Amino acid sequence: MKKEKTMKLTLPTEELMSSGNLACQGCAATLAMRYVLKALGQKTAFCIPACCWSVIDGPVPYSTLAVPIFHCAFETAAASASGLKAGLEMVGDTETTVVAWAGDGGTFDIGIQALSGAAERNDDFIYVCYDNEAYMNTGIQRSSATPYGAWTTTTPVKHFKNRPKKDIDSIMAAHRIPYIATANTSYPEDLYKKMKKAKDIKGTRFFHIYAPCPTGWKARPEDTIKFGRMVVQNCIFPLYEVENGEKYTLNIKPREKKPIVDYLRLQGRFRHLKDEDIQFMQAEVDHNWERLLKKCS
Amino acid sequence: MKKVIMGNHALSWGAQLGRAQVIAAYPITPQTQVVELLSEMCASKTLDAKFIKVESEHSAMAACLAASLAGARTFTATSAQGLTLMHELLHWASGGRMPVVMGNINRAMAPGWSIWTDQNDSLSQRDTGWIQFYCASNQEVLDTVIQAFKVSERLLIPSMVILDAFALSHTYEVVDIPDQAKVDAYLPPFNPPVRLTPSDPHAFGGLTSPEHYFEFRYKLQKDMEKAPALIEETGREYEKVFGRYLGLVEDYLCEDADIILVTSGTAGYTARVGVDLLRREGIKAGNLRIKVFRPFPFDKVRQILARAKKVAVVDRNISYGHHGIFYQEVKSALYGADHEVPVFGFITGLGGRDITPDTFREIAGLTLAKGRPEEEITWIGVKR
Repeated sequence: MKKEKTMKLTLPTEELMSSGNLACQGCAATLAMRYVLKALGQKTAFCIPACCWSVIDGPVPYSTLAVPIFHCAFETAAASASGLKAGLEMVGDTETTVVAWAGDGGTFDIGIQALSGAAERNDDFIYVCYDNEAYMNTGIQRSSATPYGAWTTTTPVKHFKNRPKKDIDSIMAAHRIPYIATANTSYPEDLYKKMKKAKDIKGTRFFHIYAPCPTGWKARPEDTIKFGRMVVQNCIFPLYEVENGEKYTLNIKPREKKPIVDYLRLQGRFRHLKDEDIQFMQAEVDHNWERLLKKCS
Repeated sequence: MKKVIMGNHALSWGAQLGRAQVIAAYPITPQTQVVELLSEMCASKTLDAKFIKVESEHSAMAACLAASLAGARTFTATSAQGLTLMHELLHWASGGRMPVVMGNINRAMAPGWSIWTDQNDSLSQRDTGWIQFYCASNQEVLDTVIQAFKVSERLLIPSMVILDAFALSHTYEVVDIPDQAKVDAYLPPFNPPVRLTPSDPHAFGGLTSPEHYFEFRYKLQKDMEKAPALIEETGREYEKVFGRYLGLVEDYLCEDADIILVTSGTAGYTARVGVDLLRREGIKAGNLRIKVFRPFPFDKVRQILARAKKVAVVDRNISYGHHGIFYQEVKSALYGADHEVPVFGFITGLGGRDITPDTFREIAGLTLAKGRPEEEITWIGVKR
């Protein structure tokens, strides 16, 4: 008998996001949504504050998603998700997964109060921060998620960002919520697996998804996937989980830790950096990586 | 069942009898007893609701909005700084057509810190698209919460039920607590035409181009215009069941009055005592208490005030650079009326300074002494 060869797919083929949307070329935030929906399925409801995704989804009366969305106020993603979950339960829907879906500005900056409040209460929803490392929707202004050294329209090259990125993952871990994961659209199976796992956990779950933005990073759209692989290999954005604020698990450990310089040189936002600036940044990355390894051991 | 309860507890009882399903609230003096009793009610299951103990008023309103969108009846309560922190989301509530009902205790705005009453907190939310009820007794507070759920859910417009700090919030009065079954018959469960659910997915409040935005606002105004008639209709229904009419205004001895003192909030009942004193002195005074500030009951106000020779509007608030806020509204209501009535504007009681029956005697005296007002604001009781 002839043996038929079939390709084994690692992710479900069902699409809950249509191809019609308003994202820029090479937008990882769009890919992130697509993969997350594959893991969570149609019984999902979103609270999306002001961020790129409030545009990507499409204007009234359109929506690119086959799941409901509450487009909520900038600083309210987490509080809205708390309310939505409570409201759905009170009308008899205990199954729907509620997701707060916000950018880095809406998470690290203006939304951190509501996020901290909801996490302390351990309200039952998944919070996803897709992190493109600046206010991209308003035209590339620095946020507290912008990395050291980066140019933005409010950190011009003569006065580039001189403070490191806020460590949001440690802040969330300090809330002792049941589940935290970092993820990356260049590792879709890892993202999918962790989102599936999170779906079955009760309480506040936090995802920090690295989301390259070619428009804001002054980079080539075709490098988005490459960037995602590079930040795992050079340990700028390691992939790991934290359970109950204490149990750290590294998901992918690079065989050989790469230097960050190649990654920086592919992005216009780092073009102005001198060798000593890069050395300073490399030392910071090394330090953070060692700290993480200790937590994971 | 009759109980002696404080004004704040009248709000809690209203929310319980109205079967609020999601409550999200943050404590602020002088509102705290509202949420304390609601916590008790939820904990002891006399109220089947989820109480989200949020970390700010801003999050309180955000949580209420999302819960309302899911189809749950929602309630919160706040005051002054808390209300003004919510300001952005008050627009969100009306613009998104989420019929949240909120208690607000009128407290003066800081600085300096004040916990005492005046109306600048709620009146500066004038243009947020909320229905505003100003109450004068604990009974009225409880009844109005139940009515507000009905009106708000019918129109998909949120409501604020407002009471004065301490003068009402902490004052104990006998209140008739209505029978739950009768309240259930009066107030059916919330059943919005569209709700947020994965079984019928919609995106709510997305980017709205000039092609559509204008019509959303037109529809909000058109529905707001239906509120006065609906408040009267639901107020009469309420009267049929519970024996208490809940209208837009309350007039006291206005029929034959030469001078009508216009008030809102608890100052209304103080004014009644003032009116009685004035009548004993031979002055035909009356009191018009405006209960609903938004939508402003222009027809009712015009109809009652047109009979008077003089009108004195007493404001416990101010629009800096202009005048008392009710004064502006009353003048605007009387513009183009059949016969011209001189309207005098008084400001008193800011930051909780006492308003007494004598305040109204003084105001009546000043009004009767002059043919026409010489200035837009006459200050009563200010130290200069």
